[in-house]
Amino acid sequence: MEKYETHTHDVIVIGAGGAGLRAAIEASAQGASVGLVCKSLLGKAHTVMAEGGVAAALANVDAQDDWKVHFHDTMHGGKMLNNWRMAQLHAQEAPERVRELEHWGALFDRTKDGKIMQRAFGGHTWKRLAHVGDRTGLEMIRTLQDRGIHSGMDVYMECTITHLLKDGERISGAFGYWRESGRFVLFKTKAVILATGGIGKSYKVTSNSWEYTGDGHALAYDAGAELIDMEFVQFHPTGMVWPPSVKGLLVTEAVRGEGGLLTNRNGERFMEKYDPQRMELSTRDVVARSIYIEVQEGRGTPHGGAYLDISHRGAEYVKKKLPSMYHQFMEFAEIDITKEPMEVFPTTHYMMGGVRVDADTAGSTVPGLFAAGEVAGGMHGANRLGGNSLSDLLVFGRRAGLGAAQYANELRDNTLKIDDVDLEKASQEMLKPFENAEGENPYTVHQALQEAMSSYVGVFRTKEKLEDGLEELQVLKDRASQLRIEGSRMYNPGWHLCKDLKSMLIVSEAIAKSAHQREESRGAHSRVDFPNYDNEKWGTVNSVISKDNGTMKIGTSPLPQMPEELRKIVEGGHK
Amino acid sequence: MAVVKMRVYRGDSNGGKEREYEVPLEEGMVVLDAIHFIQANYDGDLAVRWNCKAAKCGSCSAEINGMPKLTCKTRLDSLPLDKPVTVYPVKTFPIIKDLVTDVSWNYKVRKMIPPFTPAKDTKWVMYQEDVERGQEFRKCIECFLCQDVCHILRNHDKKNEFFGPRMFIKMAELEMHPLDTLDRKEFLRGQAGLGYCNITKCCTEVCPEHIHITDNAIIPLKERVADTYFDPLQWLFGRSKGSPKQ
Ligand SMILES: Cc1cc2nc3c(=O)[nH]c(=O)nc-3n(C[C@H](O)[C@H](O)[C@H](O)COP(=O)(O)OP(=O)(O)OC[C@H]3O[C@@H](n4cnc5c(N)ncnc54)[C@H](O)[C@@H]3O)c2cc1C
Ligand code: SF4
Ligand code: SF4
Ligand code: FES
Repeated sequence: MEKYETHTHDVIVIGAGGAGLRAAIEASAQGASVGLVCKSLLGKAHTVMAEGGVAAALANVDAQDDWKVHFHDTMHGGKMLNNWRMAQLHAQEAPERVRELEHWGALFDRTKDGKIMQRAFGGHTWKRLAHVGDRTGLEMIRTLQDRGIHSGMDVYMECTITHLLKDGERISGAFGYWRESGRFVLFKTKAVILATGGIGKSYKVTSNSWEYTGDGHALAYDAGAELIDMEFVQFHPTGMVWPPSVKGLLVTEAVRGEGGLLTNRNGERFMEKYDPQRMELSTRDVVARSIYIEVQEGRGTPHGGAYLDISHRGAEYVKKKLPSMYHQFMEFAEIDITKEPMEVFPTTHYMMGGVRVDADTAGSTVPGLFAAGEVAGGMHGANRLGGNSLSDLLVFGRRAGLGAAQYANELRDNTLKIDDVDLEKASQEMLKPFENAEGENPYTVHQALQEAMSSYVGVFRTKEKLEDGLEELQVLKDRASQLRIEGSRMYNPGWHLCKDLKSMLIVSEAIAKSAHQREESRGAHSRVDFPNYDNEKWGTVNSVISKDNGTMKIGTSPLPQMPEELRKIVEGGHK
Repeated sequence: MAVVKMRVYRGDSNGGKEREYEVPLEEGMVVLDAIHFIQANYDGDLAVRWNCKAAKCGSCSAEINGMPKLTCKTRLDSLPLDKPVTVYPVKTFPIIKDLVTDVSWNYKVRKMIPPFTPAKDTKWVMYQEDVERGQEFRKCIECFLCQDVCHILRNHDKKNEFFGPRMFIKMAELEMHPLDTLDRKEFLRGQAGLGYCNITKCCTEVCPEHIHITDNAIIPLKERVADTYFDPLQWLFGRSKGSPKQ
């Protein structure tokens, strides 16, 4: 095998979004030597795009709020499929994590008495989202980036991990390549924290960036970890529909949080039909389905969406509270949202499913493998509440950093080995597309995959469609095994896409299989042939995907039992 | 269907040349869409950076018809389409390949900036009017377009002595943070080379976040430094009011 670089650390964090940065900061603080690896430049990860806010029961605006209400809202939002312990830790620890950001230099919007400002969001009982206009994610990532670069970790930017390596059952390394040169790199490590984010690039219309190809999900699966609840893909109700080149781009939920109204082409405020109590501030699954149905039944806008109007709040207010949205519509669609309504339609947004982890340590079922942020499963159950992701990153990023550092410390004498055969295989797999004389263009296969996922595994699902989808995925897998690319290994997006396709195909199959298995509708998963909840059977289990002799196995496992005092909170009223 | 001619720079550190492509025009299309079309249909290995396609991550900077811009925010219909649209990598940083340049210098100098340093017993009360100035600077998406146009970096290549506008707004943000206690004036004047800036405002003109880099950050920083180093009386006066930072 060709020469490659080697770096050695106690902990390798894959991903430099909110979760990865917070994990790396914590592991460094615990004295571990940390390497932080990311596909893009530092500070560009998806978290930078988050807009609306970070959910934490600080009770700065609505004094009645506390962790119990947040816990209650989160469990109901997730339709009780959440890992209760994760939801509990999340609700309890989020306020401290947000304050800590402030102590690290973040400048949140303020209340009149000088505290962190909070806004309303769908599914949250009280005004709970700490925010900075509509660029909360940028504030968060910048703060963590600043903290991180002064915390002693080594950062490996534009470096992509393609394989995890094990010594027996334990994680012992991570293999990848430098984007710039295409040359290989090996990280020897005792522990790996996956913080690779989501999977949206498997779908055609998505709010997600090119990085969202489900690499972490696929790496974990290949390393023998379990993936849970993969059928729950969140379609954010409000993506832009016009012009075509920005289709799917997110319109933050903060628009509804600040009082935005949804109407159909007849001017009817249709949420009255679907959730008269919470109206526009209903949960995302409900709002997304409602818009979808309105359009299906012929009451859509000229570009096939619903109207979302915030103009009644006045130009001054809109520009102050939603500056990025104002510019986004002005620049991309030539629409002044202080005067006109926006047109919106659901867009693929967030992956609730992911690596099964232990709530307290973020450890997966593979020793040495941890996961946090969007790539981890369990926290959000069947549907995530807006704002609960940014807080998830902070709470479980920190816990993953702690868990991994502790694990690495306990493994004192590091005799972990890297298997040369595994390395050789990894390198050969990567180089294959250069050697295929015949073969397909990866961009064409990617487009076909996006079409397939959108038509067969979209917002509304049926047994037949899912079976067609699974068949189609098999065809695509064959096509993807024969890809051909041009050019050199140097900064070659076509080549990188070959590897991304591998991840996307694994994740897509996991979604389709899990969706096929769950014969009910719950949260983000809507089965037209099983429109109701089936609490008896499906309300008590997570779906579980694992690798069994090279093939993908689907099964279930019972939900962990919730302690009595928490059950009381969940079953109690809203307040 | 209308077609746009795109002339895209293809090459690496060993040199290169522009290549012309024809791309079908779709309504609302931005330059980055055209680049993606080229990747998918003609040259799969065309290198470009991007993440958000929403002007939020600052990855996709390039020089379009000679102007430093975000490719994801530049609509084709805002350009004269009777001539080919040229897309080049930014000039101030060394090319890696095609539209991708080596911006690692920015990360290196950023790390040298003394970080936020609050007092131990801080009460963490701040008012909106106190945070607003800093919030303007924190809108920065690190696209480095201001670094690209600043003539001190672009024409004089003073990277060893001058941190550039992006880093000055970073330092302004820290200096104006109501709860920060550090004094970065010596650093600004010395290592960061604030004195080189001669307020041409080119940086402000290209900032896609509309940050008033020169007026709101650089000039106030220059005034502080000048007050401290060249007007001891005013400096003493400022100190005696109990707050070195207003
Ligand atoms: C437009 C938009 C708005 C949003 N608004 C909100 C909001 O207001 N509130 C909220 O709570 N949530 C919001 N979300 C969701 C939230 O932003 C994401 O879920 C969250 O940022 C995910 O963070 P993460 O740390 O898990 O991953 P990311 O921030 O996506 O980071 C993933 C990292 O992994 C790296 N990576 C991936 N694969 C590899 C690999 N193979 N090798 C090396 N590195 C790799 C990437 O380079 C990147 O650094 C929003 C999402 C979007 C898209
Ligand atoms: S104002 Fe100063 S920093 Fe900005 S471009 Fe001119 S010289 Fe450079
Ligand atoms: S200040 Fe403006 S131009 Fe400079 S890097 Fe930041 S966003 Fe870009
Ligand atoms: S792609 Fe993010 S700013 Fe252009």
